[in-house]
Amino acid sequence: MPTATKTTPPPLGDQGPVAEQFEAMEQQRQADRMGMWMFLGTELLLFGGTFGAFITYRVIYADAFAEAASHLDLKLGTLNTALLLTSGLTMALTEQLSRAARHKATFWLLIATIAIGALFIGIKGFEWYKEYQEQLMPVLGLTFDYPGNQPDRAQLFFNFYFVMTGLHAVHMLIGLGVLSVIAVLAWRWRDPPRIARQVQISGLYWAFVDVIWVIVFSLLYLLRV
Amino acid sequence: MSTIALDQRWPRDHYLSSGFRLRDWLLTTDHKRIGWLYFASITFFFFLGGIAALLIRLELITPRGDLLSPDTYNEMFSMHGIIMVWFFLIPSIPNTLGNFLIPLMVGARDLAFPRLNLLSWYIYTIGALFVVLTVLLGAVDTGWTFYTPYSTLFTNTAVLAAATGVFVVGFSTILTGINFMVTLHKMRAPGLTWMRLPLFAWATYATSLIMILATPVLSITLLLIAVERIFGIGIFDPALGGDPILFQHLFWFYSHPAVYIMILPGMGVVSELISCFSRNRLFSYKGMVISVMAIALFGFLVWGHHMFVAGQSMYAGIMFSLFSFLVALPSAIKTFNWTATLYRGRILLTAPMLYAFSFIGLFTIGGLTGIIVAAMTIDVHVHDTYFVVAHFHYVMVGGMVTAYLGGVHFWWPKMTGKMYSEIWSKVAALALFIGFNLTFFPQFILGYQGMPRRYHEYPEDFQLLNVMSSLGAGVLAIGYLLPLVYLTWSLFKGKPAGANPWGATGLEWQTSSPPPKHNFVQIPTVTEPPYAYRDQDNTAPFG
Ligand code: HEM
Ligand SMILES: [Cu+2]
Repeated sequence: MPTATKTTPPPLGDQGPVAEQFEAMEQQRQADRMGMWMFLGTELLLFGGTFGAFITYRVIYADAFAEAASHLDLKLGTLNTALLLTSGLTMALTEQLSRAARHKATFWLLIATIAIGALFIGIKGFEWYKEYQEQLMPVLGLTFDYPGNQPDRAQLFFNFYFVMTGLHAVHMLIGLGVLSVIAVLAWRWRDPPRIARQVQISGLYWAFVDVIWVIVFSLLYLLRV
Repeated sequence: MSTIALDQRWPRDHYLSSGFRLRDWLLTTDHKRIGWLYFASITFFFFLGGIAALLIRLELITPRGDLLSPDTYNEMFSMHGIIMVWFFLIPSIPNTLGNFLIPLMVGARDLAFPRLNLLSWYIYTIGALFVVLTVLLGAVDTGWTFYTPYSTLFTNTAVLAAATGVFVVGFSTILTGINFMVTLHKMRAPGLTWMRLPLFAWATYATSLIMILATPVLSITLLLIAVERIFGIGIFDPALGGDPILFQHLFWFYSHPAVYIMILPGMGVVSELISCFSRNRLFSYKGMVISVMAIALFGFLVWGHHMFVAGQSMYAGIMFSLFSFLVALPSAIKTFNWTATLYRGRILLTAPMLYAFSFIGLFTIGGLTGIIVAAMTIDVHVHDTYFVVAHFHYVMVGGMVTAYLGGVHFWWPKMTGKMYSEIWSKVAALALFIGFNLTFFPQFILGYQGMPRRYHEYPEDFQLLNVMSSLGAGVLAIGYLLPLVYLTWSLFKGKPAGANPWGATGLEWQTSSPPPKHNFVQIPTVTEPPYAYRDQDNTAPFG
């Protein structure tokens, strides 16, 4: 007797066989999510060490740091922030579409996210190059020729600048690598529920990289004279 | 009525019985086998670090520097410290016993992320390879603390390789911590509420919390040292605009809590042992849980007591000193609760229990002297003397290593399905206690009289106490080597242990020894509080 009860199927990410250590899919999903959140928490703490140290010096050497910050290229930094937030949007869309099993759309949105991320890295590299030309790069034994007051404190500022943006760039590169792998899997489209889960988990990571950048950007670029 | 079938036979089908090829071990995702992988690597590093310790003690028998050159001596205590802290103490209980026991204790088939668990072991191994590389490149002489600016500006030894090793092994710690926490949150058997968890599981939970919150800060610190040495980015180096005190803040923000990574699991183990072998409900279970968590959290507030003489403000010093006293409170609560559990208990002097007694005695001495060094004025006197060396060995070696051995002896029948020699195990426990005190008690006196640490020569007057200490180290070495012999022996010749040879409570004892591959034939349902030892429970140990 076919009665007309409408049962919504579970989202795609909740389908497929359960891993052998779990009793139910819901348990597995919760565990995966909790694991990724905790990992991101540790990542935040990793950056947190530099944030804490930077803020301390920002307070102690307020003038020198504010002046040094004005030597960064605010326009390029803002452009990059906008780019990264856009990529966060495309990533969120990817998540929705992959759960709805939209094959092609998932793939192309992933490509878009990767392209925007690569553009971000390119612009960042260009910024570094500019700073190298202006002799603001106290790294690898290069001469540091700072045109303002208190050059040694400015040097500390730039030390932090390169560590923080460098570490963030490394995280971007890792994220780009992961997304590329998922893009290949999405192109083949063998196990859609699994791809949906992978997109969801790596989406969390990508969002995290966004958040870190917003903090880095605020601390380094925006606190200026 | 609990109906534990005391089946004395070996189960036919268990986790050790299938798959004997190398790849069945190196690619396993079974938490019990991964526990063994850690067990093997950690034991190896323990003895490697031990050899360095013996060389140090040999050198110190005479007041002159006649065995090792000053440089070699520096490299010896550095390797000893680095290996012991990062490749033995921190991973020991969580990664061996924890890996083996946590899923069994919560009634799960495995940890939440079995493949991540295997990955953690590989990361540990890669970190370990860097340590081997360090030795090949001619060791490192910064001590295990890597203090800047010495480590970044002056030393020409293999700081990079050593720091990379420690950096890498940190990821293993973080991933293990995440795995435990998720497992404890999401995979407990039906009926196993938080307030029914065994204290070992609680201790692992608190330890994982510290691992997750503190290790990333260590990672960034080591990373900053590396970029300073490679790229010349000066966050710590005053010549490049940096500040070496910042290094110490970041380093001890990790390394003080790390002390609790080392000691909390030991406290968890000892709680299990005391309760089981006094056949008594653990006194004030809730108090124990709260104090474990309190230790973990307070531990984050006291890092500055390592920097009383490093140029921090007097007010900061007073605050750190105060908070340090506060940490002593929950530790004392635990000691009193163990004592109260023993009181009115029916005490069985098995080898694990002897280790537990050693733990309580030695840890108490270590803890009390900790209060002494946490007092700012006294610390200025004993700072960087052998008093400190004695203090942290009482806590870490007298506490942690003893608890570890106690735990290994307690759960050995579960892990292997075999019993070991009763007499030899007691002899070993005794040798450890005597050897330990002979080694490290004289160091309190030496330190108080002013012998500095990390010196390889000393005035004649100090010789007698140093000789005593070196003799003790020999006895101690016997205490460590003996278990290696009779435990290995038991693997081949030991009597079958049966599922629950100690008559202990806890889910891990309800499955066969050794357990089946997926731990339980059927996931158990928990209906009782932990440690429900009953007066009429007269199960004799050793069958
Ligand atoms: C046979 C037993 C042992 C002896 C004789 C011994 C001896 C020593 C000595 C002489 C030092 C050097 C102190 C100094 O001058 O700074 C030292 C440092 C140290 N030991 Fe041990 N030790 C032993 C076992 C252990 C064990 C089992 C551990 C850890 C599980 C350990 C952890 C440490 C640490 C962390 C340091 C600090 C290294 C440093 O100051 O850089 N020791 N030990
Ligand atoms: Cu401390």
